[in-house]
Amino acid sequence: MDWLTPQEWAAVALSLRVALWATVGSLPLAILVALALARGTFPGKQLLNGLVHLPLILPPVVTGYLLLITFGKRAPVGAFLYDTFGLVLAFRWTGAALAAAIMAFPLMVRAIRLAIEAVDPKLEQAAATLGASRLMVFATVTLPLVLPGIIAGAILAFAKAMGEFGATITFVSNIPGQTQTLPSAIYAFLQVPGGEASALKLVGVSVALAMGALLASEALARRAAQKVQG
Amino acid sequence: MTVSIQISHDFGPFRLDTAFQAGPGLTALFGRSGSGKTTVINAVAGLLTPQQGNITVAGRVLFDSAAGINLPAHKRRVGYVFQDARLFPHMTVAQNLRYGKRFNHRPGPLPESEVIDMLGIGGLLSRRPTALSGGEKQRVAIGRALLSAPDILLLDEPLAALDATRKDEILPYLERLRDQARLPILYVSHAMTEVARLANTLVLLQDGTVRRAGPVTNLLSDPDLAPLIGLREAGSILTARVLAHHDDGLTELQTAGGHLHLPRLSAATGSTLRIRIPAHEVMLALTPPQGISALNVLPAVVDQIREGSGPGVLLRLATGPDYILARITRRSATALGLRPGTRCHAIVKSVSVAQGDVSGPDQSSA
Repeated sequence: MDWLTPQEWAAVALSLRVALWATVGSLPLAILVALALARGTFPGKQLLNGLVHLPLILPPVVTGYLLLITFGKRAPVGAFLYDTFGLVLAFRWTGAALAAAIMAFPLMVRAIRLAIEAVDPKLEQAAATLGASRLMVFATVTLPLVLPGIIAGAILAFAKAMGEFGATITFVSNIPGQTQTLPSAIYAFLQVPGGEASALKLVGVSVALAMGALLASEALARRAAQKVQG
Repeated sequence: MTVSIQISHDFGPFRLDTAFQAGPGLTALFGRSGSGKTTVINAVAGLLTPQQGNITVAGRVLFDSAAGINLPAHKRRVGYVFQDARLFPHMTVAQNLRYGKRFNHRPGPLPESEVIDMLGIGGLLSRRPTALSGGEKQRVAIGRALLSAPDILLLDEPLAALDATRKDEILPYLERLRDQARLPILYVSHAMTEVARLANTLVLLQDGTVRRAGPVTNLLSDPDLAPLIGLREAGSILTARVLAHHDDGLTELQTAGGHLHLPRLSAATGSTLRIRIPAHEVMLALTPPQGISALNVLPAVVDQIREGSGPGVLLRLATGPDYILARITRRSATALGLRPGTRCHAIVKSVSVAQGDVSGPDQSSA
């Protein structure tokens, strides 16, 4: 990769790592939350729905600041995590992954929830009469029908995580090689004279990754719709 | 009795309060829409929990509100064929058929190859449900239910969503199912032609309660039940044996009350058929009719007369040990002086063959 300098490459690699962990780490929770929102009836459902969508409408810098005062090394949750597990989030790449996960969470939940709502509960009833327990119904009917939606949601979340800027820079700053993600690097290159060429290269990488993810997500969503309507 | 059902459930404006028993063979639950037919089989399947009652199938208690027993749907061993098939769209036909096998290793009532042959779905196995016609979907759904090794089959108007051609395509399969599956079958329907053709036992439901239950031939020849079945649909069922195929294109049938001639049937000589005589297709004469084109005249004795609110009366006629229903006008009944015990002659204008092993037209006028 000699067309990228080590600093540029570090930013791309860090962004990929952050986005991957953000996506994989939040996926199980996103499926559970999407299930609860699509099928559950419980008090506080609207509150949960609002909470999940909050990062979508809050200014990212507000989300970043809230993370800082919750997960900072001396903040209540942050101190607990450090004392118990030795885990530090603020100003580390792990924090960038957390910020990206939270910012991408609404998109992921939304895609999965729509896929779950498209599954006909009558098919699940049919599976039950054929001898499938609730868990087996989920594993053999619901999940396969929702799978394309889950993949689409995960790809969308990955793309969002790759581009997350406001919350990340507020929570973990912009330390080259440690917390400098792709967008942070572009921002940094634009602040120094002669950095425009580097910034432009990274912009190209950014656009390519985002377009690729969007196309893949659209294709999978279409396949999901076809299958579920079957 | 293999199936015993006694349930009550209050839906607010509608109250279900149903009790009946069903033996082997096909038991039809018949009633207008909203009479509670589907609710009953949903309760058997465990898709609905009645407020009170008990359900026993083949010696297993599936539900007993007093004893606190309520088996979940997946432990009830019911094969449910839904009106809308509900095949799994992400699986092939073969995977759909074998779905129930993943969860139990009991042998089913029929081996897989026999089920596939019986339903004629061998050529569809690698297809997806989207590539099937409505009739094919229903046949696969029946196979899927059978192969889950059920103790009972529940069919919820499996023909209602199909057009007339598709219905005729599936009915023979349902007859084979009734005769070969050796399972009690509960069949929900509001179409009397299906019931007349398929049912051994009939349960008549009205507003959530059982009006009558019993052998289908008895109930269909009961004039008191005709208003419930629908006067246009009223008609009796007889069993007939094919005596001979004549050179002039007629087939002679023997019933307990006499011989009938129908346009050529494809059934073999000696085989037995179920035939249906609609009440409005029967005329009465006091003397043996002469100079008349009708071929089918059975000597009969008036057994029961039921007057309705309209201009018609329903008569039950004894023809030997069989009963047939006739619907004539009150004016004619008075003019002929008909009363129980009157000897007369029933002129049968049309007979429909209610059995699948006839490839010719289903409705024949004679």
